[in-house]
Amino acid sequence: MTTLADPHTESFRPSMLLNDTRYRSLTFQFIALVAIIAAMAFIGGNLVRNLTEAGLNISYDFLGAQAGYDINQRPISYDSQDTHGRAAMVGLLNTLIVAFLACVTATIIGVLAGVLRLSPNWLVRKIMSFYVEIFRNVPVLIWILIIFSIMINAAPAPRDFRGDDPSASMWLFDTIAVTNRGVYLPKPVWGSGSLLVVGVFIASIIGIFMYRRYARKQLYDHGRLVPTFWPSVALFFVPVILAQLVMGSPISLEYPELKGFNFRGGVTILGSLIALWFALAIYTGAFIAENVRAGILAVSAGQTEAAAALGLRPGRIMNLVVLPQALRVIIPPLISQYLNITKNSSLAIAVGYMDLTGTLGGITLLQTGRAIESVLLLMLFYLIISLSISFIMNIYNNTMKLQER
Amino acid sequence: MSDTHAQSVAFVRETEIPPSPPPVAQAGAVKWVRENLFSGVFNTVLTLIALYVVARLAIAVFPWFYNGVWEAESIRDCRDQLDGATGACFAVLVDRWDHLLFGFKYPQDGYWRILLAFVLLMAAAAPALFQKLPRKMLLFTALYPFLAYWLIWGGSLWMPVTLLALVIATGLVFQLVARQISVDMRKIVSGVIGVICGVGLTYLLFIGAQELVFIAGSVGTEGIVSSVAYGLFWLMAIFTFALCVPMGIFVGYAIFNSYEDGGLVSVVTALLFIYVALTYLLGPIWMALNGVFPIELQEVASRDMGGFMLNMILGTVCVSLSIPLGILLALGRQSSMPLIKGVCVVFIEFIRGVPLITLLFVANVMLAYFLPPESNFDLILRVIIMITMFSAAYIAEVIRGGLAALPKGQYEAADSLGLDYTQATRLIILPQALKISIPGIVNVAVGLFKDTTLVSIISMFDLVGMIRGPIQNSTEWISVYWEVYGFGALLFFVVCYSISQYSQWLERQLNTSHR
Repeated sequence: MTTLADPHTESFRPSMLLNDTRYRSLTFQFIALVAIIAAMAFIGGNLVRNLTEAGLNISYDFLGAQAGYDINQRPISYDSQDTHGRAAMVGLLNTLIVAFLACVTATIIGVLAGVLRLSPNWLVRKIMSFYVEIFRNVPVLIWILIIFSIMINAAPAPRDFRGDDPSASMWLFDTIAVTNRGVYLPKPVWGSGSLLVVGVFIASIIGIFMYRRYARKQLYDHGRLVPTFWPSVALFFVPVILAQLVMGSPISLEYPELKGFNFRGGVTILGSLIALWFALAIYTGAFIAENVRAGILAVSAGQTEAAAALGLRPGRIMNLVVLPQALRVIIPPLISQYLNITKNSSLAIAVGYMDLTGTLGGITLLQTGRAIESVLLLMLFYLIISLSISFIMNIYNNTMKLQER
Repeated sequence: MSDTHAQSVAFVRETEIPPSPPPVAQAGAVKWVRENLFSGVFNTVLTLIALYVVARLAIAVFPWFYNGVWEAESIRDCRDQLDGATGACFAVLVDRWDHLLFGFKYPQDGYWRILLAFVLLMAAAAPALFQKLPRKMLLFTALYPFLAYWLIWGGSLWMPVTLLALVIATGLVFQLVARQISVDMRKIVSGVIGVICGVGLTYLLFIGAQELVFIAGSVGTEGIVSSVAYGLFWLMAIFTFALCVPMGIFVGYAIFNSYEDGGLVSVVTALLFIYVALTYLLGPIWMALNGVFPIELQEVASRDMGGFMLNMILGTVCVSLSIPLGILLALGRQSSMPLIKGVCVVFIEFIRGVPLITLLFVANVMLAYFLPPESNFDLILRVIIMITMFSAAYIAEVIRGGLAALPKGQYEAADSLGLDYTQATRLIILPQALKISIPGIVNVAVGLFKDTTLVSIISMFDLVGMIRGPIQNSTEWISVYWEVYGFGALLFFVVCYSISQYSQWLERQLNTSHR
């Protein structure tokens, strides 16, 4: 009878910390931890010493102090009497505004250009690849500056609109004025009863969704094809226009008018916003076009052929077979393009658009001299924006993803 | 038989009739145009719109180019010469050519140095870019950084030469300790180095603990945040203080213990050697050599770099520095050690979450606070540090993709061959992972090169900075924009487009093996 001896229990020797794979990673991590603490001690010590030498301290009290500077685009009420904290908030909103506008525009441009790059039309194909290559290979800062220079130098001055025979004229039946000080658009004025019109509008949108659900149910349950496109369009427009007419036009437009040296009334879009918005949209659009093209090419030709063999028409092949599959490839890089737009919007500082970098990282930093606090806060804001965008888009991506078994 | 035929049929054709040409509409250019431009109503409309756009662009751009004025002294002179006609004022490019390329402070008689460095850059990059070139050319690539530093910044040739010699000497020391000397000899070396490192580390950690107490003292205990930080710093100080002796003994012992295979001790010896050499040997040696055989170029300060040259310097330096750093970060992120993985993840995600401009602000106004008071890093160096960190994070993500794409079998095969982590990574994993990630790395490099224009925002005079500053603010060339920005765009386009074409070529080269 042989019995298994107890496994030989090795006594612990210090050399095992290095040579035994069980302990080695622990040893390495411990050393790394000590190194990190030592680095913190080094950096922190330097920081404290440098700050005392310069007579500074770390404090965020300046956010409550009066800012004393003006911001040329104010989504929320703000004047120079307000605090630095509120100025930073205005800047944050301005960042979000330009990022949102540029994301939407870049997506439209990118999808168009990406689809057209695959067009059977040789000329269109060449023009689109020309566009993509030109814009992808030149820094976005140069594009921003070029468009900004055009806005300043080539657009007419407000006084050119004056007189009997003006050298410049407004666009679209005298509603839009493009000047070197910005673009003036009509502004909606909410009169009494306009709440009802808005309510009708929201109700009609809900109505469209319900109608589409009804149509799908009819199709699945009874095999009846109910038209959806034209009824949706009608539902979208007719009730609102009716409500507007019945209530006696509560929502009216205030048109920009030339008064004195400048246009008054309406909504002003600053030249710097236009430059930033268009430059970001066109530049990122070129990247999105490449993503879209790659996504469509990633759907194998067999899918299109199989759909055609089933008797689907080309439009339906695109909508029901190719696009849903292409979207899965397109969306992840699209998310990172949106993130890029948000981050690149910080170039606003080059054209004087007062975004987060222009307020918190620009004038506030220079006025208060609180470099460390301002830059850290700036980074924190951008981190939060980036993380939330990728979080939201990842949720969307997960819903779109192929449900694998 | 043929006779009968000859009588019944008057003529029999013996050669084949040549095929008649296809209808005009089905051949040549016409067919191509019909198929590619006018194959349907929608297509025809698209073509007409495209033609209209092209025509408008041509009508706008052609006279502008054709009437361009190449010789003028100022924008006003230009407009006088044009006399109301549309035309470009290319004279600004002629007048400010040097400024656009080299900045406005670089000594004029030194331009050849920049051009030479640029030409040599091509030669140095070639063997790294094209596998078919002889591998011996990589030797020049290794020498290039020292040469380029001397050419661009000037000073004594002996400085980079001595530095190079010391780097080579470090390699030799490593070889010596690792392979050449006997085990008994190595035992002595390990003992000495172990004691030095142990004592040195104890001393460093002791200083660190003191520093932490100092920080805690200055943080104070007012408010909750401060109190928590105060407690944390004290905790770390106690931790470090308690560890300084055991840590020193342990590391010293570990170094001594490695005398048999010589792995750790040779690395530590080499590191110690390069530290001592840089602090005590470098200065005296090159100055002495320069005293005997002075070979000098006029010295140029970093702040005098400007124009497109600055973009090229920043792009090249940061890309080449960030690839090794990116590899380390990617490996760290794949690591099974939670602490190291955590540090890498936080670093990468943080850098990728913030815009480059905020990192440049850090370089401009913040980094100086984190460095010892007596050190003076100039702005270009601080910017290089931050841009390198920025692109390293992106490159790390690309390489992580490459690592993830490797089949698990490769790791397992390396393990089953008995390779340790370093060997497996160096010989099996990285060569394959890097090959997959080359196109991605090139994309990051192109993006980084374009992003170097951002330094103009922290008032450095790169190409865009030169245009926005000295050129557009001068009285002669005020409000010139199309010509100068167009020129800048053209320069960037040429460089970036060639790099991306190279990347596509490389992708095709690498693809062949899979088909």
